[in-house]
Amino acid sequence: MIPFQWCLFLSVGLLTVGVIGVLTRRNVLVILMSIELILNAVNINLVAFSHYFRAVTGQVFAIFVITDAAAEAVVGLALIVALFRNKETVNADEMDLLKW
Amino acid sequence: MAFLILSMAALVSSILVITRRNAVHAAIWLIVALLSVGGIYLILQAEFLFAVQIILYVGGIMVLFLFVLMLVNVDASVRQAPFNRQWPVGLGTAVLLLAEMAYGFWRGGAPLAAAAVSTVAPAAQGNTQAVGMALYQNYMLPVELASLLLLVAMVGAVIMAKKRLG
Repeated sequence: MIPFQWCLFLSVGLLTVGVIGVLTRRNVLVILMSIELILNAVNINLVAFSHYFRAVTGQVFAIFVITDAAAEAVVGLALIVALFRNKETVNADEMDLLKW
Repeated sequence: MAFLILSMAALVSSILVITRRNAVHAAIWLIVALLSVGGIYLILQAEFLFAVQIILYVGGIMVLFLFVLMLVNVDASVRQAPFNRQWPVGLGTAVLLLAEMAYGFWRGGAPLAAAAVSTVAPAAQGNTQAVGMALYQNYMLPVELASLLLLVAMVGAVIMAKKRLG
C-alpha cells in the first residue's frame, strides 16, 4: 500500500511544474501542454482520494476533467492556428492585438 | 517501488516538457509524462481511467498537438528565447505555491491519511462496471452536459480554424 501523502506530493510537484511552464514559457503550444500537466496533477489527486476512500466518485470526476481538457485543447489549438494565420507568431508576448 | 519509479519518470519528463527549446521535443516528453501518470492510475486501481488516459490523451490530444505543431512554424521559435522576460517572478511565484501546498500536506496529511482508512468493503464489481454505473445512474445530467460541451468545442474549433471566406 502506497502512503497516502506520496500521491499528494507527486500531484503538487506536477502542478508546480505546470504552473512554472505557464508563467515562464513564451511558446503558446508549450503553455497549453503545461495546462495539460496541471490537469493531470489534479486527476492524480482525484484518483488517489477515490482509491483511499474506496468511492468511485473521484474517478467519475476525473473523467469529466479529462473531457474538459480535451475541449480546452481543441479550442486552444484552433485559436493558435487562427492567431498564427494572422500574426505569423506562436509567442505569447507578441500576441498583443488588444494592447494599444 | 513501481510508484516511485513512475512518479520520478512523470516529474522528470514534465520538467523536460517545460525546458525543451523545441516544441516537438516538449510534446514527446509530454507523452512520456502522460504515460507515467497512466501507470500511476493503474497502481491506484483505476483501470478504466488508465485506458481513457492512453486512448484519449496519448492517442487523441497529443496527436492533435503534434498536428498543430506541424502547421505552425517550429523552426523560427527554436532560435528565439524560450522563456519570457519576467520568468524569475513566475518561477518565484510557483515555488512559493509549491512550498505552501507541500507544507499544508505535510502538516495536514497525517489526519487525512488516518481518515482514509475506510471501513467499507471493496465493491464486488469491477472498476469499469462501477464507473459506468456511477456515470449513468448518479451523474446522468453531467454526462449530457459534457457531451454538449464537446459538441460546442468542436463547432467552435471548426469556425475559428477555418479560412475566412470572401
